Amino acid sequence: MKKQIPLLITFVAGMVMLVQYFIPHRPFSEVYRLFNQWYLVVAVFAMILGIGNLIKIHSVRLRRRGSGWQYSIVLLCSLGVMGVAGLGWGIERGGFFDYLYWNMYYPLSSTMFALLAFFVASASYRAFRARTAEATLLLASAILVMLGRVPLGNYLWDRLPLLGDWIMSYPNMAGQRAIMIGIALGVVSTSLRIILGIERTYLAGR
Amino acid sequence: MSIVERLEKLDRRLIFVLILLAVVIPLVRPIGFKIEVSEPVQQLYEAIESLNPGSRVIISCDYDPSTMPEIYPMNQALARHCFSRDLKIVGMGLWPQGVPLGQASMEQAAEEYGKSYGVDYVNLGFKAGGIVVVSSVAENIPATYPQDYAGRPVSELPIMDGVRNFDNIELIISLSAGDPGVREWVMIGQGRYGKTVGAGVTAVSAPAFYPYLQAGQLVGMMGGMKGAAEYEILMEGTGTASRGMDAQSVAHGLIIFFILFANFFYLVGRRKMPWKR
Repeated sequence: MKKQIPLLITFVAGMVMLVQYFIPHRPFSEVYRLFNQWYLVVAVFAMILGIGNLIKIHSVRLRRRGSGWQYSIVLLCSLGVMGVAGLGWGIERGGFFDYLYWNMYYPLSSTMFALLAFFVASASYRAFRARTAEATLLLASAILVMLGRVPLGNYLWDRLPLLGDWIMSYPNMAGQRAIMIGIALGVVSTSLRIILGIERTYLAGR
Repeated sequence: MSIVERLEKLDRRLIFVLILLAVVIPLVRPIGFKIEVSEPVQQLYEAIESLNPGSRVIISCDYDPSTMPEIYPMNQALARHCFSRDLKIVGMGLWPQGVPLGQASMEQAAEEYGKSYGVDYVNLGFKAGGIVVVSSVAENIPATYPQDYAGRPVSELPIMDGVRNFDNIELIISLSAGDPGVREWVMIGQGRYGKTVGAGVTAVSAPAFYPYLQAGQLVGMMGGMKGAAEYEILMEGTGTASRGMDAQSVAHGLIIFFILFANFFYLVGRRKMPWKR
C-alpha cells in the first residue's frame, strides 16, 4: 500500500492535469483550479519542510563541531532573526525586517555577485584558450558578442553591434531552440514515465 | 622560467586590481559612450506606449539583490514609464527577495509622478509555487492574493476594483534573474491565455530568450544593464544603468584584452614548445 497509493495519486493527478489542458471545460477546469490551490498549499508546506531540514542539518553540524560549524551559527542566527523580524513586525517598508533586508541581505548578496567580475576576468585569462578549431570559434563569437553588447563596440566600429545581434539572432537562437526542444521532449518522456508508474525514484528508490 | 611561462602564471591579484580600476575609473570620470537602442527594447517601450491610460500592467519582480545592478534600473524605468502614461501597476514576485525591490522602485517612481499606493499601484507580494502561482493568478487574482505584501486585504484597495483575472490585465512584464521567471510567464500568460508578455533579464540569460522574441511570445525584452540603459535613453533620461555602461564597456574591453593577450602567448609558447600541445 505504501507504494500503490502514491502511484495512484500520481497517476490520477497527472492524467487530470494532462486532460484539462486539451479539454478546458467542466469538470476538468474545476479540478484544475482545485489542484492549483492544493499545489500552492503543498508548496508552502514544502518550504516549511525545507526550513526544518536546514535547521536540523546545521544543528547537527554545530553539535558535532563538523567542518565549517562556525558558519552554521551565522546561518541559524540569521534565519532566526529574519524570521522573528518578519513574523513579529511584518515586512512593510521602513520596518525592522525591511531594515535588515536593505542593510544586511542586500549588500552581502550584491557583494557575492560582484566578486564574479574578478573571477571571470582571471578565468578568461587562464582558461579561455584557442586549443581547437571549435574553441577558436567559440572564442571569436564570445569576443564579438561581448563587444557588440556594450557601447564600446559601437565606438570601435558601428557595425559591430549588428554582428553581435546576428550571432544572437541566428546561430545562438538555432542552438537555443535545439536545446529547448530537447529539454521539452525529455520532460514529456520523464513525466509520462512518472505518471504511468515506470519511473519510481521519487518514492525514495523503493 | 621563460616569459611565456611567467605570463601564464601571472599573479591573479594584478588582474583583480586592473578590473577594479576598469570599473571604478569610468564610474568616477564617465567617458560618455553613445548608447544605441536595440529593437527588442524599442518593442517593449512601444508595447507600454500603446496602452490606454488606466490599463493595468503586472510587473513581476523575479530577481534578487545579487542581480540588482542589471535589473533594478529596468524596474525603475518601467515604473516611471507606466506612471508617466497613467497606467496602473500590479506588482508581485515569484522570488521572495524581489518583493522589497519592486516596492522600492514603485514607491520611488510614485513619488516622482504623484501616484499613491492602492490607487495607482499595489504590491501583491510573494507566493510559493512558481508556475502554479502564475496559473492561479491567471484564473483568479484576489483568490490567489487575498492580501497585499504587507497583509492589507486587496478587496479594500481601489486599484483592485473589478480585477478578477488575466482578462483585466493588459500587459505582463517579468523582470527575471532565473527560474521561476520569464519562462513561466510565457508558458502560462502567453501560451495558454494569449496575454502580451515582455521581459527584463540578466545579460547572461538573455540568449535563452531570443527564440521567444522571434516567435512573438515576448513582445520585447531588455537584456542586462545595456537593455536597462537603452530603456532609460528612451525615457529621455539617464539612470544608474546608463551611468554604469561606461564601466561595463571598459571592463568588457579589458577582459577581451586579457583573452587575446593570453592566447597570443599561448600560441607563441605552443610554437616554441610543441610538446606542450
